[in-house]
Amino acid sequence: MIRFILNRLLMALPTVLIVSITVFALIRFIPGDPAALMLGDMATPEQIAEMRTELGLDKSMPEQFLVWSGNVLTGDFGRSIVNDEEILPLVVSRFMVSAEIVIIAVILASLIAVPAGVIAAWRQNSITDLALVGTATVLLSIPTFWLGLLLLLFFGLKLGWLPVLGYVSISDNLVGGLLYLVLPIMTLVIHEAGVLIRMARASTLEVLRLDYITHARAKGLSESAVLWKHAFKNAFGPTWTMIGLILGNLLGGIAVIETVFTIPGLGRLMVDSIFQRDYPVIQGCLLFVALSYVVVNLIVDLLYPLFDPRVVAE
Amino acid sequence: MKHFTLNGLIGGVLVAILLTVAAIGLIWTPYDPMKLSFTARLAAPSAAHWLGTDEFGRDVYTRLVYGARTTLYISILVTIIVAPIGFLIGATAGYLGGWVDIVLMRITDIFLSFPSLVLALAFSASLGPGIENAVIAIALTVWPPIARLARAETLTFRNADFVVAAELQGAGMIRILVRHIVPLCAPSVVVRLTLNMSSIILTAAGLGFLGLGAQPPMPEWGAMAASGRQYLLDAWWLTTIPGVAILTVSLAFNLLGDGLRDILDPRNA
Repeated sequence: MIRFILNRLLMALPTVLIVSITVFALIRFIPGDPAALMLGDMATPEQIAEMRTELGLDKSMPEQFLVWSGNVLTGDFGRSIVNDEEILPLVVSRFMVSAEIVIIAVILASLIAVPAGVIAAWRQNSITDLALVGTATVLLSIPTFWLGLLLLLFFGLKLGWLPVLGYVSISDNLVGGLLYLVLPIMTLVIHEAGVLIRMARASTLEVLRLDYITHARAKGLSESAVLWKHAFKNAFGPTWTMIGLILGNLLGGIAVIETVFTIPGLGRLMVDSIFQRDYPVIQGCLLFVALSYVVVNLIVDLLYPLFDPRVVAE
Repeated sequence: MKHFTLNGLIGGVLVAILLTVAAIGLIWTPYDPMKLSFTARLAAPSAAHWLGTDEFGRDVYTRLVYGARTTLYISILVTIIVAPIGFLIGATAGYLGGWVDIVLMRITDIFLSFPSLVLALAFSASLGPGIENAVIAIALTVWPPIARLARAETLTFRNADFVVAAELQGAGMIRILVRHIVPLCAPSVVVRLTLNMSSIILTAAGLGFLGLGAQPPMPEWGAMAASGRQYLLDAWWLTTIPGVAILTVSLAFNLLGDGLRDILDPRNA
């Protein structure tokens, strides 16, 4: 078990290294001189040279990388060009906003979709199965921003039940804060449930074909015992991995939802910084998102043996 | 399994309709997609403007048809880029094995370890917003699963008698891959590519919505939905219609992919 954990931790290291090199390089690939871009057309050559020194651009690439990664390791992500804010606290506070939405949404979607997928597999080719798979396929084909706008139009503008735009932190106002979260979470749940229903169904179908299930039925076990005690345990693994991937993907990828509902999350920060050409902030966001993705998947991998002890033996 | 074939059929018909609409648009559209008309701003759907007009008085139906072309352009271009790359990397890794396999799969894993929209955002940030850069950004996120799949398929055929026989006859690696392995991997890869179309379309629309994909005044469904946002209450058609178009096309490719899988790859049905 300890070997398994160490192995997984070691495997994450090269990924983290290459991810940080990529993030570093991406920003350097931008055509033109970042210093000149940041200062605008009116800058004098002296100002640009000064900015280059300030940004460390006069040093060699490997040197720049070492300085940058050293700073990052000590928690110094630099400062925003636009408003001189310190980047790490900014990124972390925005991340918390995205995380509360994403985590709640993924948990709710799993609670709905996994049982639905298992039931669809159990009743393969029945009306129930057809209806569930059909619904799931439609759900995963919906563009999330459009779904968000429709929900906004219906629940916010037509019915007036929920606030339309803006955001209040839960820590400031619990009930008010939750009201702002209902629509974004609902949008994510609806979309992700589609993916998860299909995944849970496919992996359950694989397992239901196996001999030990026939054996369990032949023993006279009730269908619910066969399904939940025998089939589900073995079928849950791939779905669990999928839940992890969705979670990781959404943590940085809900920029679209945050735009629709004007939520100050990490995705929105990244998009705004792209438009403002605030490269240190883009770099900080990218690195933070990539690392959180690695960490989420690492946690998912480490918890995997709880559902499927076979992976440790391998 | 009869109903899956029906699904596939529906998907195929919808894709055919999309292609037809885009093709007709090449020859004829009721209006010019860029033509501004301030007298006809935000007109509701009518006989003159089938799907209404937008905030600049441009005909929504015309722009929808041109948008279909943009969507097809992006998704087909991405597929043309990723299919050979995925095949080449996956089949080479699976065929050669050893350290080549380890290195190639490690690279694949690293690309997989970036959330796809974030990778696309990163490339838009680095290369600048625009449709070509959106294509590159999306392609970068789509090839790794194809490579994984091609490798897994190659491994199942790697030691088959017909491959060994070809090797004994002196066939080189390229010949064996192209003539013997790729045709056998093709069905499952084609299914994967078709199902991918849907996520390519959704990602492209998402980038367009954020303003990082196709740039105005180019007609693109995601960007059209985004600009209609301000008129959500007064002009419902501006957001609703491009959204329905995206949903329909993305659903069509998902259904078609499911249908193809049932025919080409019955193991996973």
